[in-house]
Amino acid sequence: MRSLTHLERLEAESIHIMREVVAEAANPVMLYSVGKDSAVMLHLARKAFYPSPPPFPLLHVDTTWKFRDMYALREKAAKDAGMELLVWQNPEAIERGINPFDHGALHTDMWKTEGLKQALNHYGFDAAFGGARRDEEKSRAKERIFSFRTASHGWDPKSQRPEVWNLYNARKAKGESIRVFPLSNWTELDIWQYIMAENIEIVPLYLAAPRPTVERDGMLLMVDDGRFPLEDGEEPVLRSIRFRTLGCYPLTGAVESKADTLSAVVQEMLMTTTSERQGRTIDKDEGGAGMEKKKQEGYF
Amino acid sequence: MADSSNIASTASSPSGSAYQTDALIAEDIDAYLDQHQNKGLLRFITCGSVDDGKSTLIGRLLYDSKMIFEDQLAALEADSKRVGTQGQDIDFALLVDGLAAEREQGITIDVAYRFFATEKRKFIVADTPGHEQYTRNMVTGASTADLAVILVDARKGVLVQTRRHSYIAHLLGIRHIVLAVNKMDLVDYDQQVFDRIVTDYTAFASSIGVDAFTAIPLSGFKGDNIASAPSASTPWYSGPSLIAHLEQVELANVAAQDGPFRLPVQWVNRPNLDFRGFSGLIASGTVKPGDGVRIVPSGRTSTVKSIVTFDGELEEAVAGQSVTLTLEDEVDCSRGDVIGAAEDPPQSSDQFEATLVWMSDEALKPGRGYWLKLASQQVTATVQEPKYEINVNTMAQLAAKTLELNSIGVAEIHTERPITFEPYDRSRALGGFILVDKITNATVGAGLLHFSLRRAQNVHWQPTEITRDDHASLKNQKARVLWFTGLSGSGKSTIANEVEKRLNVMNRHTFLLDGDNVRHGLNKDLGFTEADRIENIRRVGEVAKLMSDAGLIVLTAFISPFRAERDMVRGMIADTEFIEIYVETPLAVAEARDVKGLYKKARSGQLKNFTGIDSPYEAPQDPEIRVNTVEMSVEDAADYIIQRILPLK
Repeated sequence: MRSLTHLERLEAESIHIMREVVAEAANPVMLYSVGKDSAVMLHLARKAFYPSPPPFPLLHVDTTWKFRDMYALREKAAKDAGMELLVWQNPEAIERGINPFDHGALHTDMWKTEGLKQALNHYGFDAAFGGARRDEEKSRAKERIFSFRTASHGWDPKSQRPEVWNLYNARKAKGESIRVFPLSNWTELDIWQYIMAENIEIVPLYLAAPRPTVERDGMLLMVDDGRFPLEDGEEPVLRSIRFRTLGCYPLTGAVESKADTLSAVVQEMLMTTTSERQGRTIDKDEGGAGMEKKKQEGYF
Repeated sequence: MADSSNIASTASSPSGSAYQTDALIAEDIDAYLDQHQNKGLLRFITCGSVDDGKSTLIGRLLYDSKMIFEDQLAALEADSKRVGTQGQDIDFALLVDGLAAEREQGITIDVAYRFFATEKRKFIVADTPGHEQYTRNMVTGASTADLAVILVDARKGVLVQTRRHSYIAHLLGIRHIVLAVNKMDLVDYDQQVFDRIVTDYTAFASSIGVDAFTAIPLSGFKGDNIASAPSASTPWYSGPSLIAHLEQVELANVAAQDGPFRLPVQWVNRPNLDFRGFSGLIASGTVKPGDGVRIVPSGRTSTVKSIVTFDGELEEAVAGQSVTLTLEDEVDCSRGDVIGAAEDPPQSSDQFEATLVWMSDEALKPGRGYWLKLASQQVTATVQEPKYEINVNTMAQLAAKTLELNSIGVAEIHTERPITFEPYDRSRALGGFILVDKITNATVGAGLLHFSLRRAQNVHWQPTEITRDDHASLKNQKARVLWFTGLSGSGKSTIANEVEKRLNVMNRHTFLLDGDNVRHGLNKDLGFTEADRIENIRRVGEVAKLMSDAGLIVLTAFISPFRAERDMVRGMIADTEFIEIYVETPLAVAEARDVKGLYKKARSGQLKNFTGIDSPYEAPQDPEIRVNTVEMSVEDAADYIIQRILPLK
């Protein structure tokens, strides 16, 4: 008799979910954002289908404004897993030069929300894995593992299907699609523990190191390349920082930290008093309902 | 609810040992992580309404285990003042009610999952607040839970809802029930109040088959007996604290290892010709290389060769693990099959008694084909008229013709081919199923299989040596079912007859099943009510399936007015063999033809339930072939169909 640990049970559940999708969907894809949750999700996919490579491609909905370290790991991770990597950049956003400095919320809308819809339509994917977790944010606590989207990628909280036992109803009409969240029941601490236990490669930005930064509106931003427009008299300052979440570098706040090992990061996390998404500006829009509204519009 | 600063201050310094980890985190993080690497996981459900103090209790569990961060607490305080129902106090319900739509309407429509951890275990809490949708939500939350916390307000005692919660928890197979007698602070921690509630509950519990439960006197608000027990206010209580109890109950996945080995196959792993693995989540038992296994329903036997994982081959795997098995022999095994212990394989059957929980606004339609999903199996199933419905408040059995949203009843289920199962009380994984509407794809019901209605439970499906492909190839053709559908008088029979003549000339082996002719024999016991029409089509589908198994090209000419039943037949027949042919004729044209004088009778009221007049015809949305009899002659239509179905070899 052997009692499975919580990580073993979470792993088994995630693998079960991925296999169900591959068995029932016509054209699945894994959304890969290069963050730590994506890294865990990709690792689980390799486990689920071993010795086969995962039988679907990775899709990165790119904004051209990610950290340079993220682009480097993206290529390597896909190669290590033996998977095809698809990169989608919204052509309209390229043409109009949409960027986080001049366009604010439009930046996320055009590159990410619109870009994702375009990519799913372009390739005709009917199921997309995402790395979201229920513990991240309030409106996610009620999200299903299989989340249904209309043909226009809308999310209607009232038409979601009950999920009983581990039976997932993956049937859908033509044009409709599902977003599948195999990490739904993982917490942030689970993710870190699993990364440590399984030795999963993550972007070095999660660990503290001296990096060039400026302070804007109370947020510590990293000057990752020459496109960062410095204001008059503004000088990047070298600070020891790390990131709790990774997105577009001009929109992602860093925390000052000396935690340069995984266990030190977890130590800081356990002793900290602010929640994970606080470093991102997206949840603060539209009052408390920011994420829910974005989801209805088709954001992940 | 009293003032919020009180909650925060008592919660920030929990009294018990369960959470005293701060020092270790700060001093030796690696030791802390080591300790936390090997925790078990318990899933539980909380039942009760906001009035019972449930949200406060959950809020406390989350807060004590540091799952609420300061920024969330600040947002909660702000929200409480803006939209809360507790005046200036913290409204913990807001922490639990996530969606804006719900907040605006002041109702919770769903199940929320919360996470916290103590020194010994991780916990996933299914929180099912709710009102109208209660049954559906609670069943969803209970389906994955090992334990249920049933909240009772000490001032109110055992209420109707307490019975309902307990009944559903028990029905869903939850073996650990906690009777949480909350708000003890409001009855002066009176032992007599607690004892009386326990006595009341014991009587009720044994009447529904719950023979053991753990009763704990609590104050979620003050923190009594949550993290440690007994609290200073309840010196008379000798049992465990809530947390201590949650930390020590036996986990379901450990119990499942006792059962016989079962692996429902999810996916066949074939990276190359030299490797064939069968992937799935072990539902019960344990497995080792060298174990004898039987594949159900085919009945073939083999031996486990290896347990393959990304981290190397395993010596043994247990219930709850996702693995890939390879077998010593090249046996047929695919998604939907169950690999079981050779000496104790699971049973297959196609008729069951089951308890059904209806989850859709559209009531159950007895006789209609639904998709039934059980483990990785998916088949068409029909539900007979319920034997009875259960009043979840009184447990009384009521007569019922159907099941409406949120009702629970017992009925016979028939599946179009045998499925492999275990009684639900032995295995959730092989006894629980969902029903899916074939048109809307919505999940409309959840069910629990109790037993097979067939006596021959131990008869395994007999593997036959001559396959359906053998039958067809001897006839030098491919089997097909050409399903003609259309209004009465549209020309189905005439065109089908013409098509069969052409196939005959081409030396094809065919058989034409005609609606009127079948009603003289096989179906002469059936009338024209909706239920009888559904059964009529089901039987014809079965006959067509047998004939196509024998390698024939089967032509059927039936009005078959309902989309769901045509899809049911499609589900019975092998992929690509079912060809739906829509004989399209406007009602006015068919009525003008009125070859059999039936429209006239229907219009005058002499004939009831006539398709197109007082019974609907649901036209196919995406038929393989469509012929319009206004534009095409019978001969043209037949030629067109032949041209579309070729080649037949």
